[in-house]
Amino acid sequence: MAIHLYRIDDRLIHGQVVVGWGQPLNARLLILVDDVVAASDWEKDLYRMAIPPEMEIQFADVATAIRDHAKYAADPRPGILITGDIDSMHRLVKGVKAIGSVNLGGIHHRAGRSEKLRYVFLSPEDERQLQDLEAAGVEITAQDVPSARARSLAEVLDGESK
Amino acid sequence: MNEEEGGGPGKPRAIVVGHGEFAAGLVSAVGQICGLADKLVVLSMMGKSPEGIGSAIREQLVKTGARVIFTDLPGGSATIAARRIVNEDSGLVLVSGVNLATLLDFVFNTSVSPIEAARAAAERGKASLIVVGH
Repeated sequence: MAIHLYRIDDRLIHGQVVVGWGQPLNARLLILVDDVVAASDWEKDLYRMAIPPEMEIQFADVATAIRDHAKYAADPRPGILITGDIDSMHRLVKGVKAIGSVNLGGIHHRAGRSEKLRYVFLSPEDERQLQDLEAAGVEITAQDVPSARARSLAEVLDGESK
Repeated sequence: MNEEEGGGPGKPRAIVVGHGEFAAGLVSAVGQICGLADKLVVLSMMGKSPEGIGSAIREQLVKTGARVIFTDLPGGSATIAARRIVNEDSGLVLVSGVNLATLLDFVFNTSVSPIEAARAAAERGKASLIVVGH
């Protein structure tokens, strides 16, 4: 398994991903799974220009990522797979059935969401999807950067550590 | 003097956006060195969604008339948000990878438009990176 981190982060590619996680994981492959980005050459160029030269970025919509996941996992380069929302990761995990853990890295405030951590805001539907993944045996933790303590889904939903 | 082009006299000429307290620290340093911190608007992206970062930048562009955006990390979310904004408005310019030398050059260069000043400042900022020693 060459994908070391499955992350949900609405900022997609940014400093915490490229540097914060990318450096300690020695990441050389970023897989950005997002239906909107995958359908737009402009969006892909935008994110392609945001990564350092030692990394390769690949784009896929969720359906393609499900189809190609075995190929990503067989790639010997250390990799990070990112979705911009919980629903995309939920569909991916359910479709692949071989993803053991998911990192909540940045899900920011929007209407209908309430604060759980300073970088995690969830709607009731978000919570339901995360609990569904956990019930299927997927470890869900929130951790914005590697030096932070990983918080379990129960802690996140409790919201007391915010 | 092209002060009227994006931030008139006494108004900010650029927005500085960065991770953590980076922008505030950098602008504070500009103020300490030359007293021209009021030429720059500080924006922190802490706790903001991608849409929130973009909205905050747009709001400040409208409020101040600034036509220049400085961001810290080329791959950072502020840069991504600013690139979207610049793509929609050809009268704006983005400089990513900003450092103190860049901002100092920019705030003093009031004899040209803010956009020209930003381009010149970026070159000064690049040249300020030096390595000393073996």
